[in-house]
Amino acid sequence: MAIRERLSGNEAVAYAIKQVNPDVMPAFPITPSTEIPQYVANYIANGEIDTEFIHVESEHSAMSATIGASAAGARAITATSSCGMALMWEELYVAASNRLPIVLALVNRALSGPININADHSDSMGARDTGWIQIYAESNQEVYDNFIQAFPIAEDKRVHLPVMVCQDGFITSHGVENILLVEDDKVKGFVGEYRPEHYLLHPEEKMALGPYAVSNYYMETKRAQRQAMIQAREVILETAARFEEMTGRKYGFFEEYRMEDAEYAVVIIGSAAGTCKAAIDEIRNTTGTKAGLIKIRVFRPFPEDEIAKALSGVKAVAIMDRSEMFSATSGPLGAEVRAALYQAHSSVEAVNYFYGLGGRDITVSDFKTVYGNLETIAQTHVVTGMYEYIGLRSEQSKEV
Amino acid sequence: MLGMCRIKEWRLQLRMANEKIYDRINEQSPWQDITEGNKIFEAATSKDFCTGEWRTATPVWDKGKCKQCLLCTPVCPDSSIPVTAGKREEFDYDHCKGCGICAKVCPFGAIGMREGK
Repeated sequence: MAIRERLSGNEAVAYAIKQVNPDVMPAFPITPSTEIPQYVANYIANGEIDTEFIHVESEHSAMSATIGASAAGARAITATSSCGMALMWEELYVAASNRLPIVLALVNRALSGPININADHSDSMGARDTGWIQIYAESNQEVYDNFIQAFPIAEDKRVHLPVMVCQDGFITSHGVENILLVEDDKVKGFVGEYRPEHYLLHPEEKMALGPYAVSNYYMETKRAQRQAMIQAREVILETAARFEEMTGRKYGFFEEYRMEDAEYAVVIIGSAAGTCKAAIDEIRNTTGTKAGLIKIRVFRPFPEDEIAKALSGVKAVAIMDRSEMFSATSGPLGAEVRAALYQAHSSVEAVNYFYGLGGRDITVSDFKTVYGNLETIAQTHVVTGMYEYIGLRSEQSKEV
Repeated sequence: MLGMCRIKEWRLQLRMANEKIYDRINEQSPWQDITEGNKIFEAATSKDFCTGEWRTATPVWDKGKCKQCLLCTPVCPDSSIPVTAGKREEFDYDHCKGCGICAKVCPFGAIGMREGK
């Protein structure tokens, strides 16, 4: 029987770490992920796990030590947020290109500047090209479940890539929710003993890792890395199916909420999906407008075909970005979803909004406005409000 | 695996006898043959990387002037002045990058620098 608890998202991740008992965890504190290494340090101090915790002087060192431990043959993890991950930038690429199955608990927080400690996706979206698998969560339950699934995905021979398990800073990391925990032995069985085939401390195999690759080798190396990301797709789904067998909780590349007959859809990542679901229920119960939602769980690898297919029946879609990328056009999710629609020769009307930057609230009423806009766009075939910020103060009476 | 150039015949023969993943990867290899994360399953492969190709100036040893004081050997950043039985030998031109430190340090003018490889 599952264990009923009430935990914050950070507590849930720390609890999952306790259950997995990884070999090494180098970490440096940064709001809002600080609690994760703090709780793990408590577990270690209490003798509950034997993870080697490395106190490092920065996140650059945290990721470097995690890479070193993983290359040596250890199951290695770390946790960070925002500018902490920005300081890991170079190492994020190294971890991925060295094909190390590291798991990183990322608590999403806005990047400086201006300095801000609240939720948005600028940290992980900035790292979307580093070669890490990225899995996002709406709730504490999801971040716990995703964190456990990250190990079999990362460590699968077809993949061998690092995984970033993302949750929204404070909203889920510090918000306490009811949660169903999996029993220790089941979690241990699910992730299995870590037995890498090649590692630096292998007593009988000479090995060098991370060599200089001249231009005669760099492109072939990158193509091989791309193959791992392609193969991650099937492993993510297989792992989700195995997780469903164990817990009954179903996961995929994304969640479709009331999409069966939806004419107007929102595509969103993270905790705001919950608010959007509340808006959908209200809209459907009042005006009867067929509103639906696609909540992205896996952003890397990007489920291009699947998203285009899921949106094939709708009249209009709003793609909602919780980070800027200053292209002066779309946000990262907007760019990728619209590319997917274009590739599928879709004729759905698409609008891209920004919301929730630096922790700005988004409300049920905001989502109702979004669905109202989608109805107008579908009727007029004129996309108004493209790339606008939801909830922005402006001299104009209405931005979106 | 990376940057292999002029492999000496005997090294090649040695490998043929005990072929490893190393031998299958060269500058004609398709991406499917690249080892995961460029892992190299062999030791001391830097010997096969002929960094001497980068040289734009070449040290020339004048054996007549050389007193075998061995001041040149320890200052070589590329370990390209081999010593056997207490005496230096000819430069290892596969790895000498032509920095000229040996020529500078030699008190007897026994090492001159020639332009080019």
